[in-house]
Amino acid sequence: MEAADISALWVTLRLALTTTLILLLLGTPLAWWLAQTQSRFKTAVEALVALPLVLPPTVLGFYLLIALAPGGIIGGFTTHGLAFSFTGLVIGSALYSLPFVVQPLQNAFGSINPLNLEAASTLRASPLDRFFSIVLPLSRPGFITAATLGFAHTVGEFGVVLMIGGNIPGETQVLSIAIYDHVEALEYAQAHWLSGGLLLFSFTILFLVYRQNSRWPHS
Amino acid sequence: MSGIKFSFELEQEGFQLNAEAELPGMGITALFGASGSGKTTLLRCIAGLEQAEKGQLTINGESWQDSAKGLFTPPHKRALGYVFQEAALFPHLRVKANLEYGWRRTPGAERKGNLNHICDILGIGELLQRYPHQLSGGEKQRVALGRALLNSPQLLLMDEPMAALDRPRKAEIMPYLERLHAEADIPILYVTHDLEELARIADYLALIEKGHILKQGPLAEMFASIDLPIARDEGAGAIIKTQITQHDDEYHLTHLHFCGGEILVSRIERAVGEPLNIRIHARDVSLALQPPGESSILNVVQATVMEMADQTAGRIMVRLDAGGTPLLARITHKSQARLGIETGMSVYAQIKSVAVSI
Repeated sequence: MEAADISALWVTLRLALTTTLILLLLGTPLAWWLAQTQSRFKTAVEALVALPLVLPPTVLGFYLLIALAPGGIIGGFTTHGLAFSFTGLVIGSALYSLPFVVQPLQNAFGSINPLNLEAASTLRASPLDRFFSIVLPLSRPGFITAATLGFAHTVGEFGVVLMIGGNIPGETQVLSIAIYDHVEALEYAQAHWLSGGLLLFSFTILFLVYRQNSRWPHS
Repeated sequence: MSGIKFSFELEQEGFQLNAEAELPGMGITALFGASGSGKTTLLRCIAGLEQAEKGQLTINGESWQDSAKGLFTPPHKRALGYVFQEAALFPHLRVKANLEYGWRRTPGAERKGNLNHICDILGIGELLQRYPHQLSGGEKQRVALGRALLNSPQLLLMDEPMAALDRPRKAEIMPYLERLHAEADIPILYVTHDLEELARIADYLALIEKGHILKQGPLAEMFASIDLPIARDEGAGAIIKTQITQHDDEYHLTHLHFCGGEILVSRIERAVGEPLNIRIHARDVSLALQPPGESSILNVVQATVMEMADQTAGRIMVRLDAGGTPLLARITHKSQARLGIETGMSVYAQIKSVAVSI
């Protein structure tokens, strides 16, 4: 592998890990709220969360490009804007992979028997205590699914990165873009290596998740 | 200020709870009523799982809710034990961790009892390393009870803990409940719609109907009345306090003495002199004007007719007094007319069978 490919691999892993961590932190309360609320805004929020599933990545990328630009609604908070930066990529990926994290979590939270939470509340467990001692362990399969799907989906992202990334080696050039470049340059051997690697990676990760969840004894 | 004092007003779709009572601060109080009468909702209000719009609740002097003052203690800050209809054990924790869940969250100074003792009382010591899905229905409910007791409660709430169990499983749990009754030093509220069940374990009875407390009183008194809904139940019958006076080894019988006479029952393995509560179903008592001649029925008690109440299907409930002890008899209208039974009359009550409780 060339140095550029290794650096693209490194950027990709860093991006996917950062995005997954951020999504788990922000997606957990959002998913909990969606699973519990009877608010009339619930459906609208659910639709918003699901948007990246149906929207062409270029549409999302286009709006992000405008928002992240110097003077944009997000980029305006910084001196040079966030487009064509690693931070900009993280923001874009987080939005793009949001449904892949929130939906499994919401399903996991929704399938917890409310009786378990009531029982815990009669056993001196405060709401936060109940979340950590009952909800989290019972939702473990949901968290594993959410984390791996969020990670894998970010690794496989192309359209959004193309729009806002700028293809800067070592900073914003990710694997999917590197493959595209190799194909453009008719370097099929390198493209094969990277594509085959990604294919194997994606299959392995999904296989492990499904196997883990089918072994979960309490579901 | 001992006792459980509450008043709740709560409206839910198509149902209104409007219950007010002062219940004993000791022993087992049964909340009895038909399904949909609001028993469970009342229990949930007492636990704080449901917040009544208007409500006051004081447990042995400690206020848990007073809507007039804006006071509402959330369930996790109430020292209570709650046993649900389904055991509701935490599926990801072993029995031991389930039992210790509340215990670990109880401040050291407030802790009562200990794991080993509770395991002994409930016979669950062997199950500690199992997961809930490896337990039978009866075992689950015993663990749930142990978990509630290890929460060091000031009040134990039990919501039809045996409703989900079949008859053999019920029979398996009953002795543990009776042992709990003997050992517990806190008030227990026990929701049920099974008269047999409550007759065996309760001391006090509150009847609930359409969301309000219809009547309450000591168990024997309530069971002896003929105009309450429980008198219309198939299992209606008086509860009688007796004392074991003698064992008859030849015929394998035990003699029980009560204020109005003596009753013979199948041999009971308890010492002479011990008190014993028995229950005589109204359906097992028939009346005669003369002392019966030769008959296979062992127990005949002379009694006075105190009052009568019509029931459905041509039947009539008669309350008798046998030397100060109340007895109920359910007879047909036809028999009453044929024998000319009236209030104040002296009759002979023939008792076909006796249920021995506690």
